[in-house]
Amino acid sequence: MSVKFWRTPLDSEKVVKPKAEIHIIKDQCKGCGYCIQYCPKKVFEESEEINARGVHPPKIVDEKKCIICSFCTAICPDFAIYVKEKQCKDGC
Amino acid sequence: MTEVVEQHPFAKYLREAMMPHIWCTGCGNGIILNAFVHALDELQIDLDKLVVVSGIGCIGRTAGYTNVDSFHTTHGRPIAFATGVKLANPELEVVVISGDGDLFAIGGNHFIHAARRNIGIKVICANNFNYGMTGGQFGPTTPLKASTPTTPYGNIEHPFNLVHLAAASGATYVARWTTLHVRMLTASIKKLLQRKGFSFIEVVSQCPEIFGRRNKMRTALEMMEWFKKAAVIANFSDPAKAEITPEKIVVGEFLDLEKPTFEELLREKMNEISKENGE
Amino acid sequence: MVKEKAVLTGMHFMSGDIACAEGAIAAGCRFFAGYPITPATEIAEHIASRMPKIGGVYIQMEDEIASIAAVIGASYAGLKAMTATSGPGFSLMQENIGLAAMTEAPCVIVDVMRGGPSTGQPTLPGQQDVMQAKWGSHGDYEIIALSPCSVQEMFDLTIEAFNLSETYRVPAFVMADEVVAHMWEKLVIPPAEEIKIVNRKRANMPPEKYLPFMPDDDLVPPMACFGEGYRFHATGLTHNEYGYPRTQSSEVQTKLVQRLCEKIRKNADKIVRAEENMLEDAEVVVVAYGIVARAALSAVKKAREKGIKAGLLRPITLWPFPEKTLAKAAENAETIIVPEMNCGQLVREVERITKSSRVFHLAKLGEEPHSPMEIFDFIRRKHK
Repeated sequence: MSVKFWRTPLDSEKVVKPKAEIHIIKDQCKGCGYCIQYCPKKVFEESEEINARGVHPPKIVDEKKCIICSFCTAICPDFAIYVKEKQCKDGC
Repeated sequence: MTEVVEQHPFAKYLREAMMPHIWCTGCGNGIILNAFVHALDELQIDLDKLVVVSGIGCIGRTAGYTNVDSFHTTHGRPIAFATGVKLANPELEVVVISGDGDLFAIGGNHFIHAARRNIGIKVICANNFNYGMTGGQFGPTTPLKASTPTTPYGNIEHPFNLVHLAAASGATYVARWTTLHVRMLTASIKKLLQRKGFSFIEVVSQCPEIFGRRNKMRTALEMMEWFKKAAVIANFSDPAKAEITPEKIVVGEFLDLEKPTFEELLREKMNEISKENGE
Repeated sequence: MVKEKAVLTGMHFMSGDIACAEGAIAAGCRFFAGYPITPATEIAEHIASRMPKIGGVYIQMEDEIASIAAVIGASYAGLKAMTATSGPGFSLMQENIGLAAMTEAPCVIVDVMRGGPSTGQPTLPGQQDVMQAKWGSHGDYEIIALSPCSVQEMFDLTIEAFNLSETYRVPAFVMADEVVAHMWEKLVIPPAEEIKIVNRKRANMPPEKYLPFMPDDDLVPPMACFGEGYRFHATGLTHNEYGYPRTQSSEVQTKLVQRLCEKIRKNADKIVRAEENMLEDAEVVVVAYGIVARAALSAVKKAREKGIKAGLLRPITLWPFPEKTLAKAAENAETIIVPEMNCGQLVREVERITKSSRVFHLAKLGEEPHSPMEIFDFIRRKHK
C-alpha cells in the first residue's frame, strides 16, 4: 500500500494505546543479546551491571517505546524477560 | 524472611527444581522450549494428559524441564518409546523433542517407520548440525564442508534434508523454521499439537559455542544473523527442494494432510473382529 | 465391543511358544511389541491373532531395539507389556534392558535361545544366553530370569515372570530354548480365578507428595503411570528420588545402584525357585535347566537303578540363582555334574557357590539337547 492512502484512524482519540510493563529477571539472563538485537523498537541496551551468572543483562532504555509485541519474551532462551500490559486506573 | 522471586508467566510449565537449564548462552534449545510451552499455554493443553519424551543430547534435557509426565530415554530411542506410550494409552498427547543426531542418525530407523505407520505422535527436532553435547562432532545434518572435531578438514558427507525425509516417510504435517522464526514456530507447534497423525517440525537451531565457533560464527547473534539473512519462507513448496546452505535456508510449512492413524486403524480392526466374533 | 476370553481355561495341545503367548495374556499382558525371529516368531504370531480380540495391542516394530523401547513406553503408560526374541534380538535389546532396570519399568522379555554366537543356528536349541541375561547390559543391576522345561511351564512361568516383574519393577526374562518353544505337549490352563496375578504397587498419594523413585521398605517404589496427573520425570541418567538427574553425585549413584541390586538380592528368598529331585542322599548332584533338565532327570533315575546315588537340582529361577538350595545339596555330594547347551556358563555359578573341585561340565552344542544316555555315561565316568 502506498503512503498516500494512509490516514489517521477515526477513533484514534478514543483508543488508549496500551502501555508496557517490562519485567527483566536479571539473574536468569545469560547475556545472549537477542532481546536487544531483535526488539523492533530498540527498547533495550546492554547494562553495565553484572548479574549472578556473570553477564550483563539488558536494561530498559525507554519503556514507552514498547509496543508489547512480546518478541523479546518469545526469543529469550532463558525465560528471563516478559512484558505485560500496564494496568492503569486513571492513566499512567 | 522470604524473598519474593519474580515469576515468568511460563514458569508453571517448567520444573523449578531443574532450572536453570544446562544450555549455553544463546542456545536455540531454550527458544524451542520457550516456543513449546508458549504453544501449550495458548492451547490450554491438559498438562495431565501430555507426555514429553526425549532422547540423548543437549535438547534431550527438555523432557526433564517440562512440568508434565516425561521420560528421558536412551540415545536414539524416544520415538520407539513414544510409540509404546501412545498405543498403550491413545488419549495421551505424546510429544518427542530431540536432536538431529538422536532422531536421524542412531534413531533414523525409528523415525521413518513411525512416520510410515502414522503413529499419532508429534516430533520436534532441534537441528543444530552437530553433536553438541559430546563436543561438536559432525552428524547426519552437518552441511558439506563444515568443520567439526571429526571433520577437521571439512565435512565430505551429504546431509539429510529432514523435511523431505519426513514427507517421503509418510508424515502428515511437516514444517521447518529457524529459532528466529519463533512466532511461526509457535504457530506450527500449535498445529502439530492439534493434528492427529505423525507430525514433524524441524527447528534449525544455533549451537554457537561449539558449531558456530568452528564455522566462522563466533557468537549466538552471528548465528541468528545467518538465519535472518539466509531464511526464505516457501510455504507448501516441494520439500525435496528445501535446501539448507550457507546462502539459503528454506523454511515454512511443507505438508498438512490427513490420513488414518495407526491407532484409528487398530481400533477399527478390533471392532470389525469383535463384530465377526460376537454377532 | 464383544471380547474373546483372555484365559482359555481347559486342556490343550500346544507348542511352547503358543503356551507362552497364552500365559502372557492370562497374566494380563495387553501390549506386545516384537520383531520376527526364529525360534520365537510363533509367540508374536499367536499374540497378533489374539490381542485384537481381547482389546490388546500387537505392534511389529522395525527392530528389537524399538520393540523393547516400545514395551518400556507401554509399561510406563500403564499396561503390562512384553516382547519375545532370540539371541540376535536379545543382543540388540541389551541397552534398553539397562534402561528398564534403571527406570524400574516392569516388563517381560522372552528369549528363546538358539545356537550362537551371531546368527548361529536359528533352528536349533542353545543355552548360550544365560550369562547375557544376567550381565548383558552395562552397569550394575539385577534382573529375574526363569527357565521353563515344558510347554506347561512356558505358560506358568510367563505368568510368574509378569508377577515378579510387577512386584519388583524389574525386567523379567523367560529364558526358553528352541526345543521347549517348538515342542507340542499337553497344557492345562486353570480357571482365571485360580491364576495368581500380581499387579504393580500403584502410587496412591496425592501428586504433590509423590516421589517417583522413593522406595518403600521392600526397596520398590510405588509406580504412577503417565496420564494419572502425577507429572513425574524418569530418566536413564543417575537420578534422585524425584527422578531428577544427579550425574555428578557419588552419593546419589551409590544409593540408587545399590538399591537396584538389593531389591532383588535382599528379596532373593522370595523369588528363587528350584526343583529338587532325589537330592537328600545324593552323592552325584546334576544341575540342569530347561529342556536339558528333562534328559538329566532320566539320567539320574537310570543312575539310581544302577546303584549310583544321583539327584537333580533344576533351577527354575536362573537369576537370582538358587544358591542356598545348591549349597545344601552340595554339602554331601562328591560329584557335581552340569550339562548345558553351551561351553560352560551356569557351571561357573555352580563352581562359585559349591567351591568344589569336583564340578564337571558337559557341553552339548550344535544339535539336539543331551540325551539321557549321554548324561548317564558322563555321571558314570566322573563318579568313581
